[in-house]
Amino acid sequence: MRKPLVKATQEGMKSMSIIKHGLAAFAAGTLGVALALPAAAAPVKFDFWFGLSGDLARVVDTLCKNFNASQSDYEVVCTSQGNYDATLQNTIAAFRAGKQPTVVQVYDVGTATMMLSGAYYPADKLMEENGYKIDYSDYFPGIARYYATSKGEMLSFPFNSSTALMYWNKDAFAKIGKTEAPKTWEEVGADLQAMKDAGYECPMAINISANESWQLMEQFSAIHNQPIATKSNGYDGLDARLAVNKTKFVQYVGDLKKWYDAGLIKIKSKDLGQDMVQAFASGTCQVILTSVGDHGTVGKTHKEGMNWDVAELPVYAGTERKNSLVGGASLWVLSGKPAEEYKGAAAFLNFIHDPKTALFWSTNTGYIPVAKSGFDYMKSNGFYDKAPYKGRETAIASLTASEPTEITRGIRLGNFTQIRAEFGTQMQAIFANKVSVQDGLDTLVKNGDAILDRFQQTYPNKTLP
Amino acid sequence: MTPRVIFPNKILPYLLVAPQLAITLVFFYWPAGQALYQSMLRQDPFGLKSRFVWFANFRKVLVDPAYLNSIKVTVVFSLATAIVAMGVALLLAVMAEKVVRGKGIYRTLMIWPYAVAPAIAGMLGLFLFNPSIGSLSYLLRRFGIAWDPLLNGTHAMILLVAAAAWKQISYNFLFFIAGLQAVPKTLIEAAAMDGASETKRFWTIVFPLLAPTTFFLLVVNTVYALFDTFGIVHAVTGGGPGKTTETLVYKVYNDGFVNLILGDSAAQSVILMIIVIALTAIQFRYVERRVHYG
Repeated sequence: MRKPLVKATQEGMKSMSIIKHGLAAFAAGTLGVALALPAAAAPVKFDFWFGLSGDLARVVDTLCKNFNASQSDYEVVCTSQGNYDATLQNTIAAFRAGKQPTVVQVYDVGTATMMLSGAYYPADKLMEENGYKIDYSDYFPGIARYYATSKGEMLSFPFNSSTALMYWNKDAFAKIGKTEAPKTWEEVGADLQAMKDAGYECPMAINISANESWQLMEQFSAIHNQPIATKSNGYDGLDARLAVNKTKFVQYVGDLKKWYDAGLIKIKSKDLGQDMVQAFASGTCQVILTSVGDHGTVGKTHKEGMNWDVAELPVYAGTERKNSLVGGASLWVLSGKPAEEYKGAAAFLNFIHDPKTALFWSTNTGYIPVAKSGFDYMKSNGFYDKAPYKGRETAIASLTASEPTEITRGIRLGNFTQIRAEFGTQMQAIFANKVSVQDGLDTLVKNGDAILDRFQQTYPNKTLP
Repeated sequence: MTPRVIFPNKILPYLLVAPQLAITLVFFYWPAGQALYQSMLRQDPFGLKSRFVWFANFRKVLVDPAYLNSIKVTVVFSLATAIVAMGVALLLAVMAEKVVRGKGIYRTLMIWPYAVAPAIAGMLGLFLFNPSIGSLSYLLRRFGIAWDPLLNGTHAMILLVAAAAWKQISYNFLFFIAGLQAVPKTLIEAAAMDGASETKRFWTIVFPLLAPTTFFLLVVNTVYALFDTFGIVHAVTGGGPGKTTETLVYKVYNDGFVNLILGDSAAQSVILMIIVIALTAIQFRYVERRVHYG
């Protein structure tokens, strides 16, 4: 019984290896033809991994095609890793195996992890060595300072930048006699109640997973000039610890919970079949807080005839509004790659920095230009006056509401991904009535501090650059 | 010439078992050794620097409330899954035995779900129980139950157990059917003539004679619930809400590949390895003694 089986398998393998050899020979043949034809050398290929998906991934692919078409020395191979978390995780796994991409998109809160990793090639050094002059003062200060070291060096290149905005349904607000978006949270509470009384099932939608740490905790804290962590949100040392259980954020979570209990806020997530953006675009929910990056999606998918607009995130009455935080990601060049690939990476980064690329990028996504030159170029082209893009300048207004303070310049905490996950865990516990608001946030701080503690122990005797 | 029953060649036998040995070495001993070594290291995520810290990772893991919670979750989940999967399968098998016509069709339909991949089983469950679009959650709401597995930990656990057990029922069903057919009809008939009721016959004759099958399935189901349900957890709850469904295996993945704390993750794998060895030893030593192999 056994023998024929083994034989069959062997034969199977043999035939497979024949196919393989055949393919290899075929490939070698075409390669030979390809090599024989052009006189110029083949372009140097290098990898670029990014974390955007869906519609945005297609825009990145086009961007890559445009770069490859713009010159013949280099060819960038762009691969989406699905989302930001996976991109960082896969990059780290690849790095450990010595197969890392040359350029990788790392999200805002991965900055501290990257800075201490020792696994990158400083972007400013790379550009200088390859003869590209980049005017770093051209970046919006809020954006540059988020990614820069304490000495102002740019270790990575800001790529896609956004900030959180409030999307509001003008029709629903008109029903309750309002033509302006609410400016304070007190006003929001009253408006949501009024909408509920006017028969709206879902006045406002939120989600409470790890991702919403960004608009609910981080942006809220920045605008109200409240610390997320001690030591200037971590910029001044690895011994920074969370502070969100003693700030205005506690009141905010309390209000959100109260509104949720009163049926003014509904939870919408992809797992529930409809995420916030879809809920808003379909007219189901009247207010959401999300990235300006979704502006394009809402514009393309909203219900026929629906009137909507964006506004800056509300503040509590009596608060002096500060700038909101930049969200998004920057491009890191990783260490351990051959010199030719670095040349290609430099050319690629230079291409991305170009105002024309900024226009292409911002038009096709909702992201804002990261440099003033790009913004001015777009403004002079009348971009912000055109119908589908109108309102996106609100994001710039929100980002530049004030000079960045010690607290509003950004967040520089190690393993922040995990802290966001902890945020999701505790928010879920709070909203499921398992713990009180204060207890949940205390646990968030306790567990978050353990994460920061571990990060500090991982890098003994090291300081942030 | 009579055929020889031993190999003439001294090397050939070794060569013949070599592939098996190589697979065991490469896919078990090597990674296991790596896990042991890694569990005593503290390493930065990128693997550029590492320090040998002896058992510090173990000490940290074993006092971590999240880990202790994960143990509790795993025990509840594994027991519930094994009990539900085996109980329902036994009931269905006994019933299917009674079917006179179309037995084959019934059996085939019962065995089908086993061919479904765990992640897909999870997705099916997720769709059925989805709070806003699921048909079963619609029914639940009609009965006045506020079904919300995305915020309610108990609901999430029920959903997970349902998805995990559903998939395993067909496998158990197959073995119980085989076991039931091996029960001598004469014994049952004799008992029936002595006036034993159907329930009595089942518990005093059929069930004890099924013991070897039940024991085997207990081992298989526990191992399944412990280790093969990663896909379901990943697809259905992702360990949430609030870590209420984070099983030990899922935590190993989460800490290692998501949070990139490889030392802790490796320490957890080693603990898991010890648990499996202990569990199997206990099962064979103590539970098997009571099994009547007939």
